[in-house]
Amino acid sequence: MRSRFDPLAGAVAPGMLSRSERDLRQAFLADIDRIPGAGRLQQCIQCGICTASCPVSFAMDLTPRQVIAMFRAGAIEDVLESRTIWLCASCYQCTMRCPADIRITELLYAFKRLAIGRGMFPPKFPVHVFAETFAEMVNRYGRNYEVGLILRYFIRTHPLGLIRRRRDGFALWRHGRLPIRPTRIKAIGDFRKIIAKAETFDLPQEQVGREKVTDTVGYAAIGR
Amino acid sequence: MKYTYYPGCSLHATGVAYDMSMRAVFGKLGAELVELEDWNCCGATAYTSIKETVAYAISARNLALAEKAGNDVVAPCSACYYVLNRTRRSLAEQPELREHVGAALAEAGLQIGFDTPVRHPLEVLLSDVGIDRIVAAQTHSIAGFRPACYYGCQIVRPFAAVDDDPELPMAMERLFCALGAAPVDFPPKVRCCGGMLVATFPEVAQELCRELTGWARERRANCIVTVCPLCQANLDLMNLDCSGKDGSPGPLPVLYFTQLIGLALGCSPREVGLRHGLAPMPMETPPLPVGPGRT
Repeated sequence: MRSRFDPLAGAVAPGMLSRSERDLRQAFLADIDRIPGAGRLQQCIQCGICTASCPVSFAMDLTPRQVIAMFRAGAIEDVLESRTIWLCASCYQCTMRCPADIRITELLYAFKRLAIGRGMFPPKFPVHVFAETFAEMVNRYGRNYEVGLILRYFIRTHPLGLIRRRRDGFALWRHGRLPIRPTRIKAIGDFRKIIAKAETFDLPQEQVGREKVTDTVGYAAIGR
Repeated sequence: MKYTYYPGCSLHATGVAYDMSMRAVFGKLGAELVELEDWNCCGATAYTSIKETVAYAISARNLALAEKAGNDVVAPCSACYYVLNRTRRSLAEQPELREHVGAALAEAGLQIGFDTPVRHPLEVLLSDVGIDRIVAAQTHSIAGFRPACYYGCQIVRPFAAVDDDPELPMAMERLFCALGAAPVDFPPKVRCCGGMLVATFPEVAQELCRELTGWARERRANCIVTVCPLCQANLDLMNLDCSGKDGSPGPLPVLYFTQLIGLALGCSPREVGLRHGLAPMPMETPPLPVGPGRT
């Protein structure tokens, strides 16, 4: 049993953390530890400038300010299962305005990496497939291939969306803006070698079974 | 003036008009663009969400190639501009990452290098060429244009491309005023267009774009001028719902800033790729009867 004053659990965690929660937390902290500025999330004063500045906060289930509060409270699993991290459009307005100089956008990237690494997503929520398909395209051609990316993304997630949005694609194609064939870079062999080598440096992600102790952890523990 | 040109994936697809107009404008102003040999994806934001070191490594491949070429890099896509600069900063700030990326690049016989500046064409045109020289080269009037100058996100933050107020930049307005156009007041000029959300959360992106075009219409702009292929595509797609019939507002052309400069410098609409826009362009650009460009 860990003490409730375990520094890994954060200064304000009111209850005990489950094993999966602790493990996720450790992985997350190790990841952001490498990003200068992101580790400053301990300095967050919960002013809410990030939420007020965020152009997409109207569509989020947790606002950026709440994400940090939830993390501190030891509810990282809820953060990973929120739509918020996938809704971020990387506009950096929050990062620029944050009075505590926290690189919030980079924090959300770290959450996304953790979610993809652990396979934890909101139910019926395929947005991470977009990032994965994008990476696949780049690995194959060295460049993004927009037609392939969009086709594959919709076929994997909601094929009906393809029918609903055929007008957009057709309009772009008619105006000469959608090349049907991909271009591959010449040094694709070398390029793949770079990727293979770089992959060995990314933190290994191991799967840990879920054991959620919601009634003693985070906001739940203080009667939210 | 010679630059290493990093077009990025979009400029070969949805942003083809940006590519054409960039080359035309730089050519007219006597600045040479040499495309970076065998460039690859910048490691855009979507890749960063998967594997961080890999994203940095593929981004660093471009920087390493550019270092060999020697000249400053010009990256017209805002996302490429940002990602390449972020890679430069992170490689400088994080010794461990530098080591890892260096090892990955060595697999392809490349040497890590991140000293070459990565710049945005707007800044290059304003500081290296200068408004005076652009105005001196003007041959056609763009007085009929009332552009809403839209900067979007990633050239103003977190790495400001132009030395300007990040909340209310005025660089494009100054340029287009000098060229005789009448830019309108456009308060949401640094608000996000939704970026890649157009694929993943179309309703959210459309809401953001609707607000932006709404502001521009309210201020009686007759076109929006952008600096990024993704902003242009997102805002331009809104025109598909604006036929001008049944009470819907009429189409609002969305231009690249290089297209508008190109028209002022006497490029034909075809040269700057106007036909790739989804909305027809009603404005004329008559030649200037007399002017400094004619001397």
